[in-house]
Amino acid sequence: MNRPMDTCTLTVNGQRHVLPADPARRLSEVLREGLGQRGTKVGCDAGDCGACTVLLDGAPVCACLTPLGQAAGRKIETIEGQAHTPLQQAFLRHGAAQCGICTPGMVMTAEAFLRETPEPTRAEAEEALGGVLCRCTGYTKIIDAVLDAVPCGVAEMPEVGQAVGAAVARLDGAAKVDGTEAYGADHVPDGALLVRAVRAPYAPVSFAFGNLQDWADARGVWVFTALDIGGTNRFGVIPAFRDQPALAEDRARLAGEAVALVAGEPSVVEALDLSDFPITWREDPADRPVHNAHPDNLLIAGKVRRGAARQTIQDAAVTVSGAMQTGYVEHAYIEPEAGVAWMDGETLVIRACTQAPIMDRDDTAAVLGVPPEAVRIIPAATGGGFGSKLDVSLQPLVGLVALKTGQPARMVYSRAESMASTTKRHPSDMRCTLGADADGRIVAMEFDGDFNTGAYASWGPTVAGRVPVHASGPYFIPNYHADARAHYSYQPISGAFRGFGVPQAAIMQETLFDDLAAKLGMDRLEFRKLNALRDGQATACGQTLNGVGIEACLEALEGPWADALKRAEAANATGGTVRHGVGIASCWYGCGNTAIANPSTIRIGLTRDGRLCLHQGAVDIGQGSNTVIPQIAADALGLPLAQFEIIGADTALTPDCGKTSGSRQTYVTGSAALRAAQALRALILKQTNMGPEAVLTLEGASLRVSDGAREQVIDLAALSEQAHGYVLCAEESYDPPTRPLDENGQGAPYAVYGYGAQLVELSVDMGLGTVKVHRITAAHDLGRVINPQLAEGQVEGGIAQGLGLALMEEFIPGRTENLHDYLIPTTGDMPEIETIFLEVPDPEGPMGAKGLGEHVLIPTAPAILNAIRDATGALVTRLPALPHRVLAAIREAGHG
Amino acid sequence: MTGYTRPETLDDALALLAQTGGRVAAGCTDLFPTTGARALQGPVVDITGLAGLRGVSVTDQGLRIGAATTWTDILRADLPPACDMLKQAGREVGSSQIQNAGTIAGNLCNASPAADGVPCLLALEAEVELASAQGTRRLALQDFIIGPRRTALAPGEMVTSIHVPSAALEGWSRFLKLGARRYLVISIAMVAVRLVVDKGRVSDAALAVGACSAVATRLAEVEAAMIGCVADHTLADAISGNAVCAALSPLDDIRATADYRGHAATELLRRAVADVVRAEAPS
Repeated sequence: MNRPMDTCTLTVNGQRHVLPADPARRLSEVLREGLGQRGTKVGCDAGDCGACTVLLDGAPVCACLTPLGQAAGRKIETIEGQAHTPLQQAFLRHGAAQCGICTPGMVMTAEAFLRETPEPTRAEAEEALGGVLCRCTGYTKIIDAVLDAVPCGVAEMPEVGQAVGAAVARLDGAAKVDGTEAYGADHVPDGALLVRAVRAPYAPVSFAFGNLQDWADARGVWVFTALDIGGTNRFGVIPAFRDQPALAEDRARLAGEAVALVAGEPSVVEALDLSDFPITWREDPADRPVHNAHPDNLLIAGKVRRGAARQTIQDAAVTVSGAMQTGYVEHAYIEPEAGVAWMDGETLVIRACTQAPIMDRDDTAAVLGVPPEAVRIIPAATGGGFGSKLDVSLQPLVGLVALKTGQPARMVYSRAESMASTTKRHPSDMRCTLGADADGRIVAMEFDGDFNTGAYASWGPTVAGRVPVHASGPYFIPNYHADARAHYSYQPISGAFRGFGVPQAAIMQETLFDDLAAKLGMDRLEFRKLNALRDGQATACGQTLNGVGIEACLEALEGPWADALKRAEAANATGGTVRHGVGIASCWYGCGNTAIANPSTIRIGLTRDGRLCLHQGAVDIGQGSNTVIPQIAADALGLPLAQFEIIGADTALTPDCGKTSGSRQTYVTGSAALRAAQALRALILKQTNMGPEAVLTLEGASLRVSDGAREQVIDLAALSEQAHGYVLCAEESYDPPTRPLDENGQGAPYAVYGYGAQLVELSVDMGLGTVKVHRITAAHDLGRVINPQLAEGQVEGGIAQGLGLALMEEFIPGRTENLHDYLIPTTGDMPEIETIFLEVPDPEGPMGAKGLGEHVLIPTAPAILNAIRDATGALVTRLPALPHRVLAAIREAGHG
Repeated sequence: MTGYTRPETLDDALALLAQTGGRVAAGCTDLFPTTGARALQGPVVDITGLAGLRGVSVTDQGLRIGAATTWTDILRADLPPACDMLKQAGREVGSSQIQNAGTIAGNLCNASPAADGVPCLLALEAEVELASAQGTRRLALQDFIIGPRRTALAPGEMVTSIHVPSAALEGWSRFLKLGARRYLVISIAMVAVRLVVDKGRVSDAALAVGACSAVATRLAEVEAAMIGCVADHTLADAISGNAVCAALSPLDDIRATADYRGHAATELLRRAVADVVRAEAPS
């Protein structure tokens, strides 16, 4: 059905293109698919995210909302025309790109703004960029870059032995700021088929297909259903809980579940009206169990028991109780799922956005009925993940089509598809009771939480496991009793989202701590410090910890706390409808998977011609492992960071570094990198018979080893190649030493924990219930800061997500499957953020380092709720604290 | 072809509309989001190539705003203080990307209950000029938007301009928008207020509220209560919450409860009135 097309003349970055084109087509499509210029990204196709911003006669517009007919004959500027501008240099220098998917839109918007306003204020820059969403950075470094868009020289790389601790600009950053980074939708092999999914309109629903062959033949396309799946049509991130079909068989358990695939020539498939797809739907009774194996819809329950919590609470001098509810939260990465599969001989190659290549490989192979070795996963650059891209989405689907047709097969989720069909943060319904003695020492805690895990298991077991372990917060609580249950429902799948249920539990626990401090008449920070877990004390799981950093974090906030309280008091003294408040909350979080093996393996090799190759399989979804892991390796080996060549994640090229999850990459993969680099160094020292203090120098194929007195030179070219084509090579694994939890949740679930506390200053409009967060001071103990710039970026980005969780984010199935009804913070919603890093070395972590990625989000929401209560006297107990809920709470508390 | 046309004259546009029954496209900031497709669907007449349809001009009858005038055009136009609220609303329409493409007539034709431009244009007594192959007609804005997502546009008809009468260009104005985040947000509530003060007393008051009811609404009863009141810090007290709620029958949805909307609309109106009083009589 190739329609005759008019031609159209388009001037892009000064270059004229005459192309056949439909003038009604989105300019974003024409740029990407017509001209192959895929630097312009598509995040929503609705003008809600600004990722596709291009300049039309100098003015920023969303290319997704611009019909080609309006752009023809005008001057179009895209990221491809921005050649290492001062603005782009500033983005790189300031760490303004994390995953990088929003960066082209940010750069183009800022470019237009700076032409009109060369010396802007921060507020002006925030307003100018208010229409481009970023989910990673919290915007701070983006605005910093826009305000510092001056040319600079080549960034200096750290000297030998100086890499760890240096604010190295991300090593994979250049492609992100110049728009050449290739995400899931950006690699299109010739002849690739387009794949679309037919999805359930509601759930629960049963369905039956009509004559698929006739429908497909009439349109010249392929149709695939569950019957075409050759393996076990069940996947899941935890093998024992695999319950999700790649394509539903005869009933769908959530709205948006894929039931069939249509594949074919892109222009044909794109134009198909799937509303006449031959399928009949029949509403299923909602009271039928979601899975027959779980008649009561209970997926799993987790618990931790220590001491006699109930009895101790009954006898306690002071007790408080509370309840808290949170809703579905959407990851809202700016890159909807996308990827492509093709056959390379007998190997099925899948290049898609992901956080977990080996899990993708194994899940996809199992579903398709091929051995794992027959599947190669090449992670595309991933435009944000935050937990949701741990689960497979389109991998088995494009894999199935490529396997069946032998042709490359490509799929790009729409924003609505992404939001309906992929995982969310677990909605929670929590209750908690605390008891303290008269001196303010907590003597007991009871916690009970129900978590809606949706239609499939996904990470529900992990949430049910992590919550009871962490619900105490980083405090010493001798008597503890915590339960968490994950329940199935006919709703979106709840999976992993930065913190696995711990952020929800912390909201319960940290707000109740404020109740208890108030009842005791104690300062809230002092109360937390008194109860902070200390070295040598046992956790609720009975694990004795060392290198505990929470007290250091709280102490670091003592000065800012006193200042903030004074500022709020002074502001409130003037009266008015705006009331200021201050809040604090802590976090802790175990790094790595809970009490199960989760090893990482790193390989480092030297080639005959002197290339120093680091096989770094930890997927960098923006958090920075492509930079942090080499930093650790460089200092452990003793060669300059600049000499490393990074071989990025690819199941055919890199050993398994596990998944980018559980704040584990810096710690676990970092430990593997440390050991591999040490092993390679030991090998070199042994070959040259040098002592441990010897200095290495790599010049071409000459590896010089000297200790000041003596010097030895290894001529790499003269050595014979060993495994993997290297002349010198080391490969080492690291697996966290944990101890399984017993039936009472006692054990050592994690080998390393990270700690933090955040202080929030905000104001509440008592007439409208609106909240403005002014400043957040974040103190985090990283054990050892490997890269302060990247770590700050994690803190700022985590705070943005915590702020969204607290104040605006609420996913309502069927109602908010877009980025204008589902709100995430914009530039104008972010407070000033001051980050304080503490370094309380962990005895187990690499060079003392601890994880950070999830920790940073945990304290933000409870600290905000505590500050709202400080300002207004009212505690909001159902999140998000939308204006109407805040105002209702104020009125209920009698302060309205 | 999909039936997209981009005529250069109004006559051609009207003829195409009559022939094809197509939809009018301008900024496309509402049209594209309603389709998941790669291109605008069905017959579409793009009016952004028409001469004379873009821009703001002052006539002896008042202000004429061409249908294809973008929000950025309005922000950059030299307008009297009575139109300050329109500029304030313009800055809140989506983002600069949206303001550069989205048009004022599109904002009216889309007829969203939360359209940022509508309360201001109601408070400016705006009239909408419609044209079809059969001729032209004018409707008061409140008669043009007849329901949520519904207008009085007849088949083959399009908006060509918006007129603000001279009398409504008097006074000072203020627009306030309330949303759950700072930028790029659909309103929970918004208000537009224009006051004319003569010898220290209110001689004319125009108050409108959007995003709180099925269509944005002028508050006649509340306005009447303000006429003759002293224009000082007490003026806001003349706004009765009960009267506001009675006029609105507030919406209850995911963004806020009805109870909250009635309260917030009242609060915002009082603040906007107080702002206007301060602006008009700088102390």
